[in-house]
Amino acid sequence: MLKFIKHNMTEIEGIEIYPIISLIIFFLFFAALTWWVVSSKKEYIDKVSQIPFKENLTENKNNNQNEK
Amino acid sequence: MEVQQFYYDNKIVKNFIYATIAWGLIGMSVGLLLALMFLFPNLTDGIPWLSFGRLRPLHTNAVIFAFIGNAIYAGVYYSSQRLLKARMWSDFLSKLNFWGWQAIIISAVITLPLGYTSSKEYAELEWPIDIAIAVIWIAFGANLIGTIIKRRERHLYVAIWFYLATFVTVAVLHIFNSLALPVSFLKSYSVYAGVQDALVQWWYGHNAVAFFLTTPFLGLMYYFVPKAANRPVYSYRLSIVHFWSLIFIYIWAGPHHLLYTALPDWAQNLGVAFSIMLLAPSWGGMINGLLTLRGAWDKVRTDPVLKFMVVAITGYGMATFEGPMLALKNVNAIAHYTDWIIAHVHVGALAWNGFLTFGMIYWLVPRMFKTTLFSVKLANTHFWIGTLGILLYSLPMYVAGFLQASMWKQFNPDGTLMYGNFLETVTQIIPMYWMRAIGGSMYIAGAFVMLFNIVKTIKSGSAVEDDLAEAPALNKIGKGRLLGESWHQVIERKPVQLTILATITILIGGIVQIVPTLLIDSNIPTITSVKPYTPLELEGRDLYIREGCVGCHSQMIRPFRSEVERYGEYSKAGEFVYDHPFLWGSKRTGPDLHRQGGKNSDSWHFNHMYDPQRMSPGSIMPRYQWLTKNTLDISDTQAKMEVMVTLGVPYTDTEVENALVNLREQALQVEKNLHQDPSFTENYEAEKEAAAADGEEFVPIHKREIVALIAYLQRLGTDIKVKVSQK
Repeated sequence: MLKFIKHNMTEIEGIEIYPIISLIIFFLFFAALTWWVVSSKKEYIDKVSQIPFKENLTENKNNNQNEK
Repeated sequence: MEVQQFYYDNKIVKNFIYATIAWGLIGMSVGLLLALMFLFPNLTDGIPWLSFGRLRPLHTNAVIFAFIGNAIYAGVYYSSQRLLKARMWSDFLSKLNFWGWQAIIISAVITLPLGYTSSKEYAELEWPIDIAIAVIWIAFGANLIGTIIKRRERHLYVAIWFYLATFVTVAVLHIFNSLALPVSFLKSYSVYAGVQDALVQWWYGHNAVAFFLTTPFLGLMYYFVPKAANRPVYSYRLSIVHFWSLIFIYIWAGPHHLLYTALPDWAQNLGVAFSIMLLAPSWGGMINGLLTLRGAWDKVRTDPVLKFMVVAITGYGMATFEGPMLALKNVNAIAHYTDWIIAHVHVGALAWNGFLTFGMIYWLVPRMFKTTLFSVKLANTHFWIGTLGILLYSLPMYVAGFLQASMWKQFNPDGTLMYGNFLETVTQIIPMYWMRAIGGSMYIAGAFVMLFNIVKTIKSGSAVEDDLAEAPALNKIGKGRLLGESWHQVIERKPVQLTILATITILIGGIVQIVPTLLIDSNIPTITSVKPYTPLELEGRDLYIREGCVGCHSQMIRPFRSEVERYGEYSKAGEFVYDHPFLWGSKRTGPDLHRQGGKNSDSWHFNHMYDPQRMSPGSIMPRYQWLTKNTLDISDTQAKMEVMVTLGVPYTDTEVENALVNLREQALQVEKNLHQDPSFTENYEAEKEAAAADGEEFVPIHKREIVALIAYLQRLGTDIKVKVSQK
């Protein structure tokens, strides 16, 4: 597989650095993401995952209004 | 904290739901008509605008952009307002989004059957409509981002991230794939040619699936499944990883649509590698969706909304497992061009998109009309006939695909093809096409049951067009990180930064794959014997595009012994350098045509277009008799060539100047060839006399469309043949 890639890429100057840069970006991004996800506080996660359920505070009020 | 009162805009959601149901029924019915054409090829005989090739793009566009598109808007407009605790930013933009989108769909319903098409799959619409799509899509995005900015909820729930990524990526994909140079008001040529056009198209095509059919629906899943099950998402942590890894990896996988084609190998292999990786985030999302129902499975037995959602998520899981498998080169060698792919996409469309939409509608409508569902029993009926419909649709198509691929590749001991006549491999799978049509009918019947149920529900309730809500205003906080806040929490409350990060994430894959193919010449080896099309062939090619021949015939012979034996020398990248747009196709309902040139006589083509069943008994190709009667429009021929010159096709000034003379010469030669068939001459003379008797103007055959199409078909793949014979 690599020979096909090399053949096409030899014309770009400084190409050797590309895969290394890609690997670093990829690795750092996912490492940081995983680190954050694992280390985030439980209260925060609970709070955010409850967002869809906090919208109906006024539902009863609404229904009363409709009946008027 | 000051508590503010405001109203959610329910009217816009309601409109989008109505549009979803209406276009869904239309799009599916067109699909059923197409399925019936496999059984009765001349069902719409003599009506060009109801022919298979022109209706196929209408079906795909109606289902993807009209049915699923309106469902996305309905869900996004409903959930975003509530997740952000704010009315949509601008009522004007909401209305523009709704009416603009419906106008685009209607223009598609008119132009596609009339044959105005760019021929690029799921991007068939011509350039003025493409511009309208870009404008309306940006209106949608502006409205969404505006709402996010004036929100009353500090943190952006994960569904909103999916919506943002959808907006950004679809905009990028649509604009880059649709780049074309207009010839006239409804005719343009892609700026890319051949291999490059194919790569850009499938970068788009694959990611239209990713960012139109997947990410917005994952956003809807993360909102509506927890709401319907009345419990939060199984793992919010997993949803964060799911989001970033999905959008990062998806964008790279496009080239798996072009395995074993003339696309450079490095791009094919990159596509395969990322397709396999894609399995992880896809299944992470599926598991997250299904496990949200943990402890609520008793509800799934009784609540039709949850039933639809469970089958939808399961369908997503199956389709996203199958996808990476199909991206393996050895599996793809079997499945590509067959009905297996039709089965694959319909598991995705019918189960994942269709059922999630139905579940969402059954959940939303009673709430928005302050009532209860008219009949839970009918909803359950819909669920069961829909589910059986999906099974009856997809299973026969898997069998058909595998069977046909096996027949294509079957050799006799003496090295000849066992099924040398392509038609034999078609007639064998007709029973599967019958079952598919029945399965599809059941699915549509279910959708009509839903229509009845929803109409009844709406009649029993009263619409609340502006839903009152209240929430505290958001206090301004500092720009930097707060005490105890991590970097990702900062991003989550900063929509602009989140959008920019998501954009960078999706651009990386596109740039790495596409830029080298566009810039490095050595990726597409040139072949000196490959010459631009003559004016008549160019016109014939445009007829091939107009009639949607590419929907059933590929022009890409893969380097397999079975294909080289059947069709001839395999296709080379350098053969397509003047093909604006490329016409490789993705399905072989009929045989590949890339080496068609010189295989059959001009008379054979004429008779075959006039009545395929007479030439090949049992053929399921429809008749194209209007091509033998219509006068060829040559008013734009020179303009077309000039556009081609701008795109880099080396026509000389004299060639453009003498285009019509050359065209006439070549057409007269085709006419001469046609007269070699005595029965043609007999009929032709009779027609001439009849016209004279009626006092009608008689158009000689060399001025009719069929001649241009024959010239094009006879040219196909001959550039390389010439080279071989010269040796």
